[in-house]
Amino acid sequence: MVTKVISADHAVAWGARLCRPEVIPAFPITPQTLIMELLSEFINDGEFDADFIPAESEHSVMSIAVGASAGGVRTFTATSSQGLALMHEMLYAAPQIRLPIIMVNVNRSLGAASGIWLEHNDSMPERESGWIQVYVEDNQEALDMVLQGYRIAEDERVRMPIMICLDGFVLSHTVERVEVPDQSEVDRFLPKFMPINALDPSDPRMINPLVPPEYAMEMRYQLDRAMDSSRKVISEVDEAFALSFGRRYGGLFDMYEMEDAEFALLSLGTATTTARGVVDELRSQGKKAGLIKMRFMRPFPEKELLQAVKNLKALGVFDRSVGFNSFGPVFTEVRGALSPLRLPLTDHIAGLGGRDLTLEEMRSIFARIEESASGKIERDVYWHGLRGEQK
Amino acid sequence: MSETKDISTMTIKDVPNKDYFLWGHGACPGCGVAIAVKNIMKLLGPETIVYVPASCLVVFGAQYPTSAFEVPYLYTAFENTAAVATGIRSAMKRRGKKAYVVGLAGDGGTFDIGLQALSGAADRNEDIIYVCLDNEAYMNTGIQMSGATPFGAWTTTSPAGKMISGKRRHKKDIDHIVAAHGIPYQATLSIAHWNDFVRKVEKAKQVDGFRFLHVLTPCVPGWRSQASKSMEIARLAVETGMWTLYEAEKGESSLTYKPKKMEPVIEYLKLQGRFAFMNEEDVNTLQRWLCHKWWLHYKDEVEAPPCYIYRAEKPLHMDGDPLHGA
Repeated sequence: MVTKVISADHAVAWGARLCRPEVIPAFPITPQTLIMELLSEFINDGEFDADFIPAESEHSVMSIAVGASAGGVRTFTATSSQGLALMHEMLYAAPQIRLPIIMVNVNRSLGAASGIWLEHNDSMPERESGWIQVYVEDNQEALDMVLQGYRIAEDERVRMPIMICLDGFVLSHTVERVEVPDQSEVDRFLPKFMPINALDPSDPRMINPLVPPEYAMEMRYQLDRAMDSSRKVISEVDEAFALSFGRRYGGLFDMYEMEDAEFALLSLGTATTTARGVVDELRSQGKKAGLIKMRFMRPFPEKELLQAVKNLKALGVFDRSVGFNSFGPVFTEVRGALSPLRLPLTDHIAGLGGRDLTLEEMRSIFARIEESASGKIERDVYWHGLRGEQK
Repeated sequence: MSETKDISTMTIKDVPNKDYFLWGHGACPGCGVAIAVKNIMKLLGPETIVYVPASCLVVFGAQYPTSAFEVPYLYTAFENTAAVATGIRSAMKRRGKKAYVVGLAGDGGTFDIGLQALSGAADRNEDIIYVCLDNEAYMNTGIQMSGATPFGAWTTTSPAGKMISGKRRHKKDIDHIVAAHGIPYQATLSIAHWNDFVRKVEKAKQVDGFRFLHVLTPCVPGWRSQASKSMEIARLAVETGMWTLYEAEKGESSLTYKPKKMEPVIEYLKLQGRFAFMNEEDVNTLQRWLCHKWWLHYKDEVEAPPCYIYRAEKPLHMDGDPLHGA
């Protein structure tokens, strides 16, 4: 193990290198490019053996990844925002063909009001593409999830692709202390990739021909079951990872000060770190604040969340993307899961388009949740840090 | 791939008997695509992996749980033939598996929506065989105009209207576009010129890097022709200049077949309902364009009687195309 002070993009590149993927198609897009640049350096310096394929678009990146993975080799790629959107069509091929591709998506705002800055409106719309989707909080978790990701994705009970989402710039371009495991440790943790049903002239099979209505529905159901199986695998792999590397992330979500909490925030990505600080402040004032760190948006942990919030008097949900004149995607999911409860729920939208999410705003988020616990709910959706008043 | 045969003496008799694109597929009688694919697969043999994008072939070639292909087969989308083939090729290389990786795309999937992926893979000189099965329109979706549709042709999106009828642009020169990438091997093929067909597929097998085979594949319902006439139409395409048989190795292009003389294009048009409503002016426009093309390909080496008339009639650039000037 070596300790390095590196950005999340570089941590991800190290994670990928340690997993020995054999094919890496890529197309440059800020703020993902540092990942591909470092992987290219590893390869060109002869430190890492893989086919780096500089495709002419992200659509082709995912097409190449699908071809390579269907061809039976471990495949890695990374993208962001507009690139992810361009891949959209091909994202739907990978899960149903049961290809364990790992892709890092560096979250960045998508579409007009254009910018290169952090927002979750690129990856959130892909929740129904069939990919397992996880959000990380820091650079160490970014690296670790690549290692865990392959072991989850390649498990025979799962065999699905995983999208690892990390916050653009806040993580991708910010250096932190990261423990980079030794190759031998990773080799012990992650078995060699064994292809199943791969393209091979010595054992011809057709993969994804047209499927008539007599069969397509069952294939969808099989994928639904595989997504369900991944819940167990995700927690098993987290345990195995803790045994090997001493770090544990809690599986589908993690909790902080939730044992006796009366009100709590559910957050994801780097907002969680800010929220943790505010929980500490509130606790020092004798207030029973808690925090749920959401990790996996797919599979979505409905049952476990119900259990986790059962003693709360109020829950707030952080969303870094918007449903226009509706609710943020995380809130929509959480409210659906918690519908059996009569728990006051509020949606808290902040940090859009790269707007800084300050400690002050996080305090105001918790203040709104606290007042909702005593029955005061002005609105379902609060925008924080908005210039001018929310009408 | 490197088994060396003397390609120059090969004929249709050298096509192996064993099929890897089997009977029982659902193509129309007289389908040029089925004829081309059947023979390409015979020549490529069992160590082949096929990628088929959205096209007629995806519909009539394999539907779960049956397949006419006796080799590994993958389909995902429309515009990514060259990209998916790139990925498969890379996987085979990494796993040490010997295989021709071949993409079998239509003209829409090549000239139009697949052009970007094609250019990327050609530019990277990926070690794949890209086959464009060109029936000159989006036949699978119901005969819509593509970049490959010739001037004057009726399609469902270039209908014979009161004001405008038939396609108003000439066929896109995809081979020229591909050639600009400087790839190791490319060729145009006809399903009516078998010795030439066999040699080109064999040549493609022996070359490493990006290979592009462009086959004209008559389409009975789309061209409004008779199933028994597909071969005759394919042959007339070459005789009239609507199709030229040539190949290019490392940028050096050479004709592989020269007709004895040029036939007037009307001989080709009259066998196909898609050209039935072309007026005389449109036929002349197409003929002038062909005369120009004929001269570019054959110079004065092949007699071109129709062109004595049309060259005299109007300067070549006045071809009715607004972008070429009035």
